[in-house]
This record gives sequence, structure tokens and C-alpha cells, in this order.
Amino acid sequence: MARAITSQRKALNTALAWGVGLLIFFPILWTILTSFKTEAQAISDPPVFLFFDWTLENYSVVQQRSDYGRFLWNSIIIAGGSTILGIIIAVPAAWSMAFVPSKRTKDILLWMLSTKMLPAVGVLYPIYLIFIKLGLLDTKTGLVIVLMLINLPIIVWMLYTYFKEIPGEILEAARMDGATLREEVLYILTPMAIPGIASTLLLNVILAWNEAFWTLNLTAAKAAPLTAFIASYSSPEGLFYAKLSAASTMAIAPILILGWFSQKQLVSGLTFGAVK
Amino acid sequence: MFAKYALGAATAISLIAAGSASAETITIATVNNGDMIRMQGLTDDFTTKTGHVVEWVTLEENVLRQRVTTDITTKGGQFDIMTIGMYETPIWGRNGWLVPLDDLPAEYDADDILPAMRGGLSVDGTLYAAPFYGESSMIMYRTDLMEKAGLEMPDAPTWEFVAGAARAMTDKDNGIYGICLRGKAGWGENMAFLTATANAFGARWFDENWQAQFDQPEWKETLEFYVNLMNDAGPPGASNNGFNENLSLFQQGKCGMWIDATVAASFVTNPDDSTVANKVGFALAPDTGKGKRGNWLWAWALGIPAGTQKTDAAKEFIQWATSKEYIELVAAKEGWANVPPGARTSLYEDPNYKDVPFARMTLESILSADPTNPTVDPVPYVGIQFAAIPEFAGIAGQVGQEFAAALAGQQSVDEALAKAQALTTDEMEAAGY
Amino acid sequence: MATQHSQSADRLTMAPPAPKPESQPAAADHQSGTKHARTAARLMMAPAVILLLGWMLVPLTMTLYFSFKKFLPLRGGDLGWVGFDNYVRFVSSSAFWPSVQATLVIVGGVLAITVVLGVLLATLLNQPMWGRGVVRILVIAPFFVMPTVSALVWKNMFMDPVNGLLAHVWRAFGAEPLVWLTEASTQSIILIVSWQWLPFATLILLTAIQSLDSEQLEAAEMDGAPPVKRFAYITLPHLSRAITVVLLIQTIFLLSIFAEIFVTTQGAFGTKTLTYLIFQRVLESQNIGLGSAGGVYAIILANIVAIFLMRIVGKNLDA
Repeated sequence: MARAITSQRKALNTALAWGVGLLIFFPILWTILTSFKTEAQAISDPPVFLFFDWTLENYSVVQQRSDYGRFLWNSIIIAGGSTILGIIIAVPAAWSMAFVPSKRTKDILLWMLSTKMLPAVGVLYPIYLIFIKLGLLDTKTGLVIVLMLINLPIIVWMLYTYFKEIPGEILEAARMDGATLREEVLYILTPMAIPGIASTLLLNVILAWNEAFWTLNLTAAKAAPLTAFIASYSSPEGLFYAKLSAASTMAIAPILILGWFSQKQLVSGLTFGAVK
Repeated sequence: MFAKYALGAATAISLIAAGSASAETITIATVNNGDMIRMQGLTDDFTTKTGHVVEWVTLEENVLRQRVTTDITTKGGQFDIMTIGMYETPIWGRNGWLVPLDDLPAEYDADDILPAMRGGLSVDGTLYAAPFYGESSMIMYRTDLMEKAGLEMPDAPTWEFVAGAARAMTDKDNGIYGICLRGKAGWGENMAFLTATANAFGARWFDENWQAQFDQPEWKETLEFYVNLMNDAGPPGASNNGFNENLSLFQQGKCGMWIDATVAASFVTNPDDSTVANKVGFALAPDTGKGKRGNWLWAWALGIPAGTQKTDAAKEFIQWATSKEYIELVAAKEGWANVPPGARTSLYEDPNYKDVPFARMTLESILSADPTNPTVDPVPYVGIQFAAIPEFAGIAGQVGQEFAAALAGQQSVDEALAKAQALTTDEMEAAGY
Repeated sequence: MATQHSQSADRLTMAPPAPKPESQPAAADHQSGTKHARTAARLMMAPAVILLLGWMLVPLTMTLYFSFKKFLPLRGGDLGWVGFDNYVRFVSSSAFWPSVQATLVIVGGVLAITVVLGVLLATLLNQPMWGRGVVRILVIAPFFVMPTVSALVWKNMFMDPVNGLLAHVWRAFGAEPLVWLTEASTQSIILIVSWQWLPFATLILLTAIQSLDSEQLEAAEMDGAPPVKRFAYITLPHLSRAITVVLLIQTIFLLSIFAEIFVTTQGAFGTKTLTYLIFQRVLESQNIGLGSAGGVYAIILANIVAIFLMRIVGKNLDA
């Protein structure tokens, strides 16, 4: 009897959760489906869901018009590079905040977060001038630096929360055994924090991948990532739903796939210290 | 001092020498309009002829404008050629930010450029950007729907006729809207249309002392006419429709009439994209009998920012892309209907082009537009659908939002005009007029 | 004892055992180690702090500098000092207060929706069900989508009043399609942004719910507490910390949303946020001075919100 109720409830839960999940996912699904339609089918009334003549034409048109590979490569370098650089800088900082806390630690942490509140548009002109002076315009290096700085507070915060969860006794013990600071960080902390670092990495790759203000405004031809690729399809002349969908699918597919494969990491690690 | 000068000259000479000898890579910023996409596809022809390689930065219009303006005002030097319009060219040219194009070789035949286009892209007679294509605005209408409504479109209709016809053609139950007009806020969107239309109603942006004129009855008449017409015969959500949205609606057969850029004619008559390709007629933009028609003048042109190291290669590209040969190249590959229109006189003399259904009306529209004398009453500015002053884009962007809100019914016409008057006065004072 | 600990640490981390220093006595080492650690800690924090300080101060200084200038690039650039003119002009413009209001409404709306739906969704996902992994993937997917792309997709393929899918749905029920971006402009933006951020909130809240002691809940169930009560008295208090984190992190990102507005309404119909207003001043009007003054106001607003938030968060986050 009790068993029947449980499985009934489970069925109900399943139905409800799948319904909600599909609803949330639907815009993405619809975009992917539309990318395989012809322009005429994309706007047909009533809309066609699955039964249309599937075509790859939109993808070939988009690829012909813009070299997807180059934008993709730039996106990978910029998102990956800024995240890795950020983590290299953030690990020591987060370590010292977590294990050698002072009165000001929390203030510093919150101050770091507050630098993210600077409205980007307000400082476009100054930053552009600085980039000209430094010769960083339209370089991947420039974007790696900017995106690293933008995401650094988040990285520090996330790592800090993971490090805090590592029991202090282990460090104490290592220290008693005479481990140097470097060894402590390298051999004890970092391995223990690998899941945390992994999810930090993932989250920041996503954030950097999707950043669309600086990546658009500080690049021209050489360093332009997928955000710029999308900007050339956003409102062209004539019917464009299918081509826009194809370009959109191409822009989000890599990160979507990465996210799906690593969702366990992301889900288990994304706490921001919310769980004690 | 002399030594420095000599050194500079020597460097310059060696640069030129190097430039002509070796192949360069030039970066071109352009807008994602159909004609430019076509140009991108034909770049190989240029590379074969000159050896120069082209890197394209293709962006949507708003992003492009933001991008190139930032770069030119900060002298960022990211682009060797920028695609700009009739609004930017005179302002930038006057500031010395563009390389003058007065030394193009004889075979380019710069005199062949339509005088109206040439005038709009020059400062004191010096050309600063070469027109890639030019446009005016005109009426595109559905011949079948017009017939069904029992009407006949004259070549030069009045607004009264157009409004009557729009209401007669409207069949909302079947998704047919008598008239599609721009409503999306933006100085290059609804304000381009409304400013041009206001000219036909006898309104103007500023009087001769740069005083904003939105408190005058002519503007009220214009805006009321427009809002009422769109409410009766326009598509739903018109306040979000710009050029692209309307084009798409027209191609789907949902519009009876559409008054917009002449370049749209080749898209709506292209059977690949348009469901109504063989049912489209053309007429001049309407007037109200006050002596001005509401047809604008615009050119997308290629200009070279001052300070680029690759001026020669950039000039070679501009000569290629805006030449007669380029037009022939497109005609050979894509047909005469798809060549970039409105830039050269010789195109309209070409017998091949005479068969294109919209050629005559396009030329007549362009020829009847006069940016130096755009309004019924005298004005201190140049430009039909804009005023060629640096402040215009910012002001018109905001005014456009007020007018879009009036179209959407979120405020009355009077409120919109009062706000427009206040903010324009405020901005003009801030700029020191 | 020490050896034992060390071993366990080694086992945990699978790292090579730390080499033991031979020369120094253990106690002395420990003492100097603490001091040493303090200094080292500061050194280790330095790169991050200095970089962020630079990232904050350099643009901030330049913004302040420009904000006191009449700086119009299209009219020749620097036209001299003007004192507080730009500041006065920015607030006295009729667009200023509506933009502050729009900012607060959009940020507040998205926060409310994502937190409420996030809690419900997390609770649902925590129930036993078939195919939870797949559902979780479906739910978090929007977070991976670029803001530009999601705005484009929503605007064109869903909210378009003629060809949008929502218009088809409305017509299927015999209703006149809603012109989303005009008639419900702010709500539309909130909808789009919420769709993007709901996964984030759900994920964090889900992890928090999973850490909830199930015995406590079961005990309450045995005692006959109805589900609503159990939720209100046990689950919700347990989630307060996670909710705070969601509020904090999202506010930081939401205050600067731009692409969603740029792509959809371009600031028309009451969706002009402070960020967007600054964008218009800087890039559309090309008035760097005025825009910079606006930037300073935005920083002040952000800090007010931040202080407000940190008051709450600081309390909640104390380790």
C-alpha cells in the first residue's frame, strides 16, 4: 500500500518535472529545430514542429559567409585563457583568505565583488584609450586580461568557499610534519579542492564565453569571438529565422555540450558557500 | 628640423613603395545588409586582381555604428575601411578623420557618381566616402490587393490617397495590413521615416535659429496622421517594426503597401525570398501638395579613416567595390536586379538595367530628393531624414522612443511632442546652440 | 599522532608525502611558520588585490576626470572643465528617475521570480523521480546560452506578434496576440532575463536542499506536520543562506544587464535602465562627459545596493 503511494507519487513527480524541464528547455529546442528548416518553413503558419524537410542549408550558408572555426577558436582561447589565468591568480588569494583570515578578509572579499558593479558602458571610452596605448585592441591577450579581471572576484569567492570547507586540522598536521607553505598549497589543498576548482573553472568558462560587451567592443577581425559572429546575424535583411537559428546553435553548441558533459561537476560544486 | 622632415619623407616614400609592391591585409568594417554580404562573397575577385587580402568585420547596423564611432573618435585604427552613411561622412570629413578621395584615377570615373550621392558624401566639394549603394524611399504596393480594393495607384500619390487605400486594403482577419511603416525607435528607423514624412507635411526639426519645432502644428498633424493610420491599417506591434521586420512582413504577403528604402525593391521582387515577387508595384513617396515629397536620401559608403597605414590598398579596394566593373561582375553572377543600386548614373543608362521593374522609380525618387533644401520652410541644416549635426543621432534616438510610445498608445501624440520638444531644446542648449 | 594525521592527509590527497626538514626543532618551526604564513598570506593575496585595485581605480579615475569635462568627441573632443554641470544635467534630465525605477523593477522582478521559482523547482527536483539527470540537464541549459542569443531568440521566434510562437498560441485560443515588447515591455525583459538566471538559482538552491537533514523532515512527517508546514518551518529556514547567495551574486550580474535590452527594445517603452541610459549618452549622443557623470551615479547606486545587500549577506555568511 505504502509502496503504491510512493510509486504513484514518483510518477507524478516525474511527469511534473519533465513537463517543467521541457518547458524551460523548449526555446533552445525550438532554435535547434528551426535551424534545420528552410526560411519559409521557419515562419509557416501554423508552425511545424518535427515534420518538415530537414535541411543543412542554413549551416552551409552561415559557414560560407563567416569562418566559424576562427570565431570558435578565439572564443575557446579567450574563455579558457582568462579562466585559467584567473584561477592561477585566485588560488593563492583564496587560500590566504580561507586559512589566514584577518579582520579585513570579509571586507576585502566583498570589495572585490563590488568591483563587478562598475557599469561597463560607462568606462568603455577610458578602457578603449588605454587599450590603444598598450596596443591591446583586437588581441586575444587583451580580452584574456579584461575577462580575467571581470571574473576574478567570482573566482576568488568560489575558491574561498571551497577552501573554507577543508578541515584546518589537516593543514595543521601537515605543518607539524614540516610541509612548507608551497607544498601545503600544492600537495594538500589543491588536490582536495579539485572538485571546487573544476566547478569554478566551468562556471567561469561559461561566463567568459557569454560576455558580449567587451568582446564585441574591443575586437575587430583578429580576436573576435562567437559573440561577434552572432552580431552579424542578429537582424539581417529579409527572412532570417532559420539562418539566425543556425548561427545561434553554432554559437551556443560548444558550451552547451561542455555544460552537459560536466553538469555533475557543476551541480555538485556550485554552492558559493551556500551549504554549510 | 630639416633632417627630421627628410627622414619622415624617406619613411613615407619607403612605405608607399612597400605598399605598392607587397600585398596587404586590410580590415573592413561593414553592415550585414544583403548587398554587402554579396560583396563579401566576391572578395576573391579583388584579391586575384590586386593581391591584397581582406578581413571582414560584419556587424548588425547598430553594433557597427557603435563600433566604428568609438574607433574613429579615439583614433583606434582598427579598420582600414569603414562602411558609413550620409550622416557620418560630412561630420567626420569636416573633423579631418577621413582620407579625402579626390585623387581617384580617371578610369574610376568619379563624375559618374550620382550628383545627389556625391553631394551628400562631400565636404566643400571634396569626396570623403565613395557610395557603395544609394537609396531614396518610395511606395512598394501589392498590385493584386490594390486591384481588389478597386483602386489604382498613381505614379505620384498624395498621403490622402495612400491612407484611403491602406484602410481599404486592410483585412485583419486574413492577416493583411494595408500599410506597413517603420515604428521601431531609432534615429535611423522610425525617425528617418517620420522626419522625411514630416517634410511633406510642412514640418521641420529646427527653425533658422536652431529652435526645436515640435511644438508647431505641422508636427502634430504629421504624428496624428501617422498614428491614426497605423492604428487603422498597420500590423500589430508596429512600434517594434524597423526596416527588416517590415521587409519580412511584406515578403510574406502581409502588407498592402510599404513605404521604405528603394533598395528593398530588389528583395521584395526576388522570387527566392518573396512570396509576392510578381505582384509588386512602385510609386513615388506621397506628398500633401505642399511641394515636398517625403522621400529621403541615403547612401552606404566606404570611407578610409585617417591614420591607417594602408591607405593605398584601401583606396584600391574602394575603387574595386564602387566601380562600374563591380556592378557588371554582380550582374553576371547574380543578375541585374541584384546589383548595388543608386550610386552611378551609368547604371541607369545601361539598357540591361532598364528591364528591372524598379529601376525607373528608384532613379526618379533619388533625383527628386534634395538634402540641401529638404523642407517647405527654410532650415539651417542639411539632410532630409536627418539633420547633419553631431547631436542629431542622440536627440533623434530619444525622440524616436517618445514617438514609438505614442504609436504604441502608451502616451498621447501631444505628450510625445511635448517631451520631444523639451528634450531637444535641452540637448541643443547643452551643445551650445 | 602527527604521523597519523599526515598519513591521512596523504591518503586523502594522493600527494607525495611532504619532505621533513632535518635541521630545525619542531616547535620553533611552528612558531615562525605562523608568522611566516601571515606574511606569505599577504603576498599571496597581493596579485589579486593589486590587479583588482588597478582595474577599479584606473577606469574610475578616468571616469571621474571625464565627468567634470565637456567632452564631445564629434565636436573636437575636450572642450574644458565644466565643474558639476554634467552631474546636474544627468539627474535633471527627464530620463533619469524613470531609468532608476526601471533598473530597480527589472532587477527586483528577476530576483523575485528566480528565487521563488528556484525554490519550487529545486524542491521538485529533489523528489524521487525517473530520469532526474536528464531533467536537470534540461533545466540548467538556459544558463549556457549567450544573453545576446537568448534575447534574439525570444524576441524573434517567440515574442514576435506576427510570426512568434506565442502569437500562434494566442491565436489558437482565439485571442489577439500580445505585442510583448510594446505592451508588456518590462515584463518581457524580466521574463527573458529570468529564463536565463533561473537555472543558476535552482542549482544553488538544489545543492542546499540536498544537504538538508532528511531525518529531521521525516520526523516532522511522523509528527503529522503537513507538507506546507514542513516546507515553511524546516526547508525554507535551511535555505536562507543559499537564497542570500543567489540574491547577492545575481544582483551583481543583473545591475549591468545590457544585451537583453539592446537587442529587444533598445530602451524604448520604459525599459531604459541606468546602464542603458549611460550607453545612450556615451555612444549615441557621443557625450563622454555626461555619460561619465552617469557612470559615477551608477557606481553610487550599485554601492548603495551593495551595502544594503552586504548588511544582510554579511550576517548570513558569517562562517
